[in-house]
Amino acid sequence: MITLSSARPEGDHRPMGFADRLLSLPFVQRSDALRSFILGAWLGWQIESNWADPLLFAVYSFARPLASVMILVVMYSVITDGATQQPIFAYIYLGNALYIIVGGMLAGISWAVIDDREHYRTAKQLYTSPLVGYAYLCGRGAARLLIGTISTIIVTVFGVLLFGIPITFGSIDLPFLIASIVLGLTTLSGLGLIIGAISFQLGRNAWQAGELISGALYLFAGALFPLDILPPVLREIGLIFPATYWLEAMRRALLGANMIGFQTFAALDNTAITFILLAMSVGLWISAAFVYRWSMRQAREKGVIDLETNY
Amino acid sequence: MSSISLAVETHDVRRIYKIRGGKRKGEAKTLIALDGVSMEVPRGELFGLLGPNGAGKTTLIKILATLLLPSSGTAKVDGLDVTTQTQEVRRRISMVSGGETSGFGLLTVEENLWMFARFYGLDNKTIKSRLAEMMQMVGIYDRRSTKISDLSTGLRQKMNFIRGFISDPRVVFLDEPTLGLDVTAARDVRDFVKDWMAQNPDRTLLLTTHYMAEADELCDRLAIIDKGKTLICDSPENLKRRLQSETLFNLKIQPLRKPTSPEDVIEAVPGVRSVTIADQIDFSELRLSLEGEDALPAVLAHLSGRGSGLLSLEKREPTLEDVFTQLVGRRLDEDTSQNSTGEGR
Repeated sequence: MITLSSARPEGDHRPMGFADRLLSLPFVQRSDALRSFILGAWLGWQIESNWADPLLFAVYSFARPLASVMILVVMYSVITDGATQQPIFAYIYLGNALYIIVGGMLAGISWAVIDDREHYRTAKQLYTSPLVGYAYLCGRGAARLLIGTISTIIVTVFGVLLFGIPITFGSIDLPFLIASIVLGLTTLSGLGLIIGAISFQLGRNAWQAGELISGALYLFAGALFPLDILPPVLREIGLIFPATYWLEAMRRALLGANMIGFQTFAALDNTAITFILLAMSVGLWISAAFVYRWSMRQAREKGVIDLETNY
Repeated sequence: MSSISLAVETHDVRRIYKIRGGKRKGEAKTLIALDGVSMEVPRGELFGLLGPNGAGKTTLIKILATLLLPSSGTAKVDGLDVTTQTQEVRRRISMVSGGETSGFGLLTVEENLWMFARFYGLDNKTIKSRLAEMMQMVGIYDRRSTKISDLSTGLRQKMNFIRGFISDPRVVFLDEPTLGLDVTAARDVRDFVKDWMAQNPDRTLLLTTHYMAEADELCDRLAIIDKGKTLICDSPENLKRRLQSETLFNLKIQPLRKPTSPEDVIEAVPGVRSVTIADQIDFSELRLSLEGEDALPAVLAHLSGRGSGLLSLEKREPTLEDVFTQLVGRRLDEDTSQNSTGEGR
């Protein structure tokens, strides 16, 4: 019998190599959820990175976020007459660099739903196989997260080198940074999964759900300006949005003493922020489990799992 | 038959869709897609669901494949309830739909199949050997490194076929598997199905089709379904045997003018059991079912009286098409939304 490996032309690239090794681990083989996550991430990476040649992909991944941050830098410079040494500049710059990840997490999963259903028309194939839906969708979102993280790192390094954003090895609080990253990503993925699960009900408008929410909350998350300057009613919106706390935590962890203090979170120390993120993370994942279950049941009841609107 | 030896069983399954278009604005209209379907498919059987478009075949398959919930009734696959034991059912089944142009176009054939095989928890060694074997069987081995977006419809369908079988499912649902395929590709697909069933006698395959010849060639038993109801369920041979007491003729005649009164229709001629008429450009084609050959002269006289001359006449053996026509009162390829004219058009 001819096996695939022996028949494969020499030098033929096999992109599933790394994923294949992970999937071959005994504990992964036994877990539907882990397999679904890894395969979702692998597929997501193929989709996100494979649509163009590497150079074009790099340009898109790096130049696009840099360009969007540069717009803000120029606007800030015009208004403040180039006062990039002011702490508020680092606040705004980092907030925007990090919000790339927030946007990716919130929109990534709902985008995967619509992508499978409307674009590739594979929802029928996927959801009759024994994949674990929420794990698969989180995997798809993880691919976007990876690309968003790379963009964020590049934009941040660019800011440090070009605009003197005061991040140094001494300023970074590593344990708090790690805790913030883990809890932030867990929280945001829970929220992303809720949006993704609801997207199953939305038909042709599903693709907008994540982007709509991340776009709308951009103003209230403290990415662009501190919550203090918002009217109290609007400030409340920011205070229930997990990304607000995550951005605050990341700024504190990266800038350390250089972090500008704002009244809104003055009473919260790093431990309090960590606990808030932890509580939000647990709460959102419990909610996500319920919402996902409810939404899939509804989708089966309405017959919209494999809905194609041909929009 | 005990529930354990059944691969598929449904009891009084109903499925009602709420669709837009009620009398008042915003009001939902209901559409009954399945109206109390009950059936039992033993393990190892290649079972066919035969019916026109809109009969409810795909709805039933979707319920069995866990994509859709029944409005009422119960459905089990491999002894498991499709409503409550979804994940367990999914481990045991696969579904392939015909006419699918779907697929992650940026993946290669091999990558796509590898991914789905991995979803089912297959190990690499098994995937490699099954992939190689199946790709060679359906003739796409040399296209394994081709991106799906570069495949023709036929090749995509073959790839989808492998996806459906690679996990060695206990029950396979094939929904119109040869839809849109050319003659050669359709034959390859049918051959693959027959080979797979021969090699895996404990596996079950449920096939929907509106191609009579395909159902006749492949199925051990089949159910004829129309307007959400199962009309009959038996082997193709037994179904055709039902018509052995009848005499069947195909007639080509000059175009037939419309009947002017109920007495003017062909069915009114003594000895005529059923008739379907297909109007072509220069002639009409009649499929006649008579109580005996004695009835034929009266039919020819009737046609002559309506100004239509005989062009050709052929006596033939009963087919599933005749069974369907007898049961439903119209031909399979007729639009279900049209009512019968009383002359089988």
